[in-house]
Amino acid sequence: MAFPLPLETLLGKPLMFVVFGLIGFAFGYILEISGFGNSKKLAAQFYFTELTVLKVMFTAIVVAMVLIFIMVGLGVLDYNQIWVNPTYLWPGIVGGLIMGVGFIVGGFCPGTSLVSMATFKIDGLFFVLGGLAGIFLFGETVPLYEAWWNSSDYGRLTIQDWLNVPTGVVVVGVILMALFMFWGAEQLERIVGKRDLKKEPRLRVAAAGALFIGALVVLFIGDAGTAEKWGRISLEKEAALLIRQVQIHPGELLHSIGDDGLRLVMIDVRPEADYNLFHIEGARNVPMDRLLDLAKELQASYIPNQVVVLMSNDEVAATQAWKTLTAESVSNLYILEGGINNWLAVFSAFDPQITPTPNLPGEERIRFEFPAALGSRYEASFPDPHHWKIDYTPKIKLEVKRDKSGGGCG
Amino acid sequence: MSVAAPAQKKKSFWRRPEKDYVHPYLGGALLGILLFLAFFLTGNGLGASGGLNRMIVAVQDQIAPDHVDRNSYLLRMAGGDKNPLDDWIVPAVFGTIIGGFVSGWMNGRLKVETNKGPNISVRMRWLAAFGGGAIMGYGARLARGCTSGQALSGGATLSLGSWVFMFSVFAGAYALAYFVRKLWR
Repeated sequence: MAFPLPLETLLGKPLMFVVFGLIGFAFGYILEISGFGNSKKLAAQFYFTELTVLKVMFTAIVVAMVLIFIMVGLGVLDYNQIWVNPTYLWPGIVGGLIMGVGFIVGGFCPGTSLVSMATFKIDGLFFVLGGLAGIFLFGETVPLYEAWWNSSDYGRLTIQDWLNVPTGVVVVGVILMALFMFWGAEQLERIVGKRDLKKEPRLRVAAAGALFIGALVVLFIGDAGTAEKWGRISLEKEAALLIRQVQIHPGELLHSIGDDGLRLVMIDVRPEADYNLFHIEGARNVPMDRLLDLAKELQASYIPNQVVVLMSNDEVAATQAWKTLTAESVSNLYILEGGINNWLAVFSAFDPQITPTPNLPGEERIRFEFPAALGSRYEASFPDPHHWKIDYTPKIKLEVKRDKSGGGCG
Repeated sequence: MSVAAPAQKKKSFWRRPEKDYVHPYLGGALLGILLFLAFFLTGNGLGASGGLNRMIVAVQDQIAPDHVDRNSYLLRMAGGDKNPLDDWIVPAVFGTIIGGFVSGWMNGRLKVETNKGPNISVRMRWLAAFGGGAIMGYGARLARGCTSGQALSGGATLSLGSWVFMFSVFAGAYALAYFVRKLWR
């Protein structure tokens, strides 16, 4: 089974909401038992007497991080399918500084104030009311500077992408940094907060060791390459190829071109020379060695009605591209049946300029002759969808992997 | 920490004996496991301010739907027949409130009180809480997420922006801490 689960398809909306409610319940419970309903405990962080906030937050981050990336490394969890907060650099920095001010003045952050309110703390209640007022004010004022709010958008940028190092290196680095911060926090508590560190449980040293070993495991497993990712899903996906579930008839492609309800992305993976000779209007030329960049782009632009159709002269190259992009978890991915040659066989029948040369040996060769490299200016490049009546078995089915709209803070 | 009154030792349904908070590393580890499970099962992390945001927008959409339709930020959540409450984060926020309540009840920490520094009045603390909340709420939406949705969730999935954000929060708080020490010390 592949994780994360497509909860909405699996359970239906009401039960899915129950699951999120339970996760929220556990979240509130854990915040409360950690003392986060108490503003004095939270504010103490900033006077170095008690660094509970830092300890709880960073422990949570590193524990979750190690578990997530072990599962990603083992191929159980699909990193492409989990929400990674997009980076809007400057709005993030300015918003963060403002939040810091709100934190020290108000004594909470939004999640902890809910817990405080739920345990009848009046300051928590006032903070929640203030928070609602601030959120309201933001919604009313953001139109004044929306361009800036949407600026410095780096999309889904991870630390490992930014540094261009394996994930395991970042995970080990984060663990080391966190352990150093825990040590520093305890020293501060000893000096400023006059805490006796001898009373701290010895178990924490063992736990630190376990975390470090977990990080080494992530480093040791390494990042899965495309071939490895394909290997994990090949059984099911080869079957889909074999029973021709994903090869769509030229007629269906033409129909999709005329369908305003879809966002159709046509990717032409042939050599540039062939592409310049003839291509379907609107198709993008992406060479095979640029497919990984394309996968990232397609994930970033993902919406549930985005359909990607791959094409080559025959099907061989397009099928190879399909495997690569499928392994990189691009959804709603199809192949043009019979490739451009089949497309031309259907749509160039009445164009005397294009003549078939069917007896060329070998695969992935264009089996037509053209008077000139006109690209998409041949009539067969843009047949009128309303003009052609073609019978085909429709195969495009929109699959909703999961609701990506929400994300961290909705 | 509030001093537990010794008279409260009698156990009743609502007044259970007050227990200590768990060790921060244990609380953190539990929180980390929960955060992992949330990502593992649903693909989403944790969050809070987004849910509050949607509740506000739902009210706005009831009172002034035309106004919502003219604001592209609000439109994204409540435009046309979109229901702003139809999002995972809304049940998560209700769950958080209930979870906090249940824990407070089980551990004897349900108490009407105001936690504050020793040198300010209760009213001053309420005012600061409201003002701080407003600043926090504004900043959280500006940064596209609060401590839970950005720092925890984005931190664990190694989002670069979330890490930069997290250090900005600490920087902002530490920079001002000295000047508002009267509130807490």
